[in-house]
Amino acid sequence: MSEQLATVTGLYGLLAEFREPEQVVAAARAARSAGYRRLDAYSPQPVEGLAEAIGHRTSRVALLVLVGGVVGCLSGFALQYWTMGVAYPINVAGRPLNSWPAWVPVMFELTVLCGALAAVLGMLGLNGLPMPYHPLFHVRRFEAATRNRFFLCIEARDPLFDREATQSFLERQKPLEVYEVPW
Amino acid sequence: MTPPDHVATQAAAHSSVQPPDAPPPVLEPGHTLSTVTDKISSIVLTAPPPRSWYFGLAISFALVMLLMWTITQLLWRGVGIWGINIPVGWGFDIVNFVWWIGIGHAGTLISAILLLLRQTWRTSINRFAEAMTLFAVACAGLYPLLHMGRPWFFYWLIPYPNTMGLWPQFRSPLVWDVFAVSTYASVSLLFWYVGLIPDLATLRDRSRHRLGRKVYGMLAMGWRGSALHWHRYETAYLLLAGLATPLVISVHTVVSFDFAVGQVPGWHTTIFPPYFVAGAIFSGFAMVVTLAVPLRAVYGLQDFITERHLDNMAKIMLATGWIVAYGYAMEAFLSWYSGSPPEEYVLVNRMFGPYRYQYWALLACNIAVPQLMWSRTVRRTGWMLFIVSILINVGMWQERYIIVVTSLHRDFLPSSWGMYHGTKWDWSMFAGTIGLFLALLFVFLRLLPMISIFEMRTLVEEEKHVHGGHSDTSDPRGPAP
Repeated sequence: MSEQLATVTGLYGLLAEFREPEQVVAAARAARSAGYRRLDAYSPQPVEGLAEAIGHRTSRVALLVLVGGVVGCLSGFALQYWTMGVAYPINVAGRPLNSWPAWVPVMFELTVLCGALAAVLGMLGLNGLPMPYHPLFHVRRFEAATRNRFFLCIEARDPLFDREATQSFLERQKPLEVYEVPW
Repeated sequence: MTPPDHVATQAAAHSSVQPPDAPPPVLEPGHTLSTVTDKISSIVLTAPPPRSWYFGLAISFALVMLLMWTITQLLWRGVGIWGINIPVGWGFDIVNFVWWIGIGHAGTLISAILLLLRQTWRTSINRFAEAMTLFAVACAGLYPLLHMGRPWFFYWLIPYPNTMGLWPQFRSPLVWDVFAVSTYASVSLLFWYVGLIPDLATLRDRSRHRLGRKVYGMLAMGWRGSALHWHRYETAYLLLAGLATPLVISVHTVVSFDFAVGQVPGWHTTIFPPYFVAGAIFSGFAMVVTLAVPLRAVYGLQDFITERHLDNMAKIMLATGWIVAYGYAMEAFLSWYSGSPPEEYVLVNRMFGPYRYQYWALLACNIAVPQLMWSRTVRRTGWMLFIVSILINVGMWQERYIIVVTSLHRDFLPSSWGMYHGTKWDWSMFAGTIGLFLALLFVFLRLLPMISIFEMRTLVEEEKHVHGGHSDTSDPRGPAP
């Protein structure tokens, strides 16, 4: 029903603008407790508690970094074990070919490299970036989201979304203004 | 005992005006989210560059042309145009390589380690310090590549299956160095770019120029400041800082292994890794100060890069300067304590041999001059700190020169002793990389925000909370912005 509404009205959602970070956190909490689930907040800098207020709990970025680091470390060992022990063994006065202490620096560097790549690519991937187009950019005023204003958007695909009721709900949160976000 | 004391200090804090020795603020009062955003982004978007920018870019660009000419000569005629010889096969190249890499380290230290230690004062200097890291690493990377003589075969350093059936020797510090420096360059670039994404979105939204909106828009990748995105962003940024912290220490450790694993007298010591890392931070902060002092004056950024920043950086230089001094003392002690004549001779040769002037100059620049920073006036006065930092840069270059040249030129076998001096091509290459470094920095200042805007906004909010508590009672700095 709500999906249909969105396509019929051509509406992405309703966007409320706030002056202070505390206001948007309070509004997000109120929206959650009013039963809205499809909502997101936008701010020029990270705001403490805002992600939790819109219902976000854990982030998988940390797990991805761990996996990246472990993969980097093991592939560093595998690379050196195979090249120095199997593919191109050099006998240095009978010392063991598996001279792993000498391989620690390269294993460490590859751990860091793969961990860092996982952090950046994982963060971008989970965030769905790059995404040059987004309906929010239709709202002229939204450019203040990268300067000094805080926004809360309740999306039209939310099951509780209702053009009139949601508008009046948002206006009760004392925003500076509420905007329609067209598709 | 405790409660009265506590009350007394509280009362003192409330009644007195700001005590004279309180540290200056990290951000001058009166700033809001919009003023920091507008001030920093206008340097890129609207304000015409100051005349000194054109002047600086012209000079550094001329030096880049000198670098191009030197590299052309080098590739055409070979490394024989340099002063390197046997026994001194590592001349200016390795000196400059270590010098540049060391300079880069302060950028990572400021952006990663100080982030983990929650030092909010880092916020206004981390962006250009990270840029400095990247450009310094770019300059550093040129030297080993060109020192190979046939740099077009540089890919032989990388392990890849080849028809010769050869693999790099992973037990050699030189191969570790390839991995360390290339990882360092990649991770620094990632860290810098991730930090830039929200600011690129700000520039996208504030640019009034079609091309500006397009280019910044593409680079910002559609960043819209979603709370969910910020949450993942902060996790990723913190983890990157956590990864970059041991990385920066490992890089200069591996650079020092290039020396310490060898048997040459004066190189073969275990003090090298910590001593090199401290020296890198020392010289890196000197370079940050060298850049920050003119930047804040020319662009009027005294509100953001305050005396507090200069003061803190001076203290770090003073502390790391003492670690470096300890390193020199330990080197001298060990050369005596080793009981090995070649090791003992290294010290005598450094102090009284043909390179004695450089040795005493390095002690003067790196140990004597930094002691001026015990004075608060020196720490908080831009031009004085600038002179100190320039002398430290010179001193750290001398240090690497002494380590590389005096150890090699007289080693175990007196019959193969020699002398080394840089030729005009060594000097032109050095001047050229300084030009490259500065030219990249000038271009960066023109095209990207030199201070992290979103972190400054976070700082504004934090300051507001700090001030908000007692702004209406007795805070002498006036009401919250």
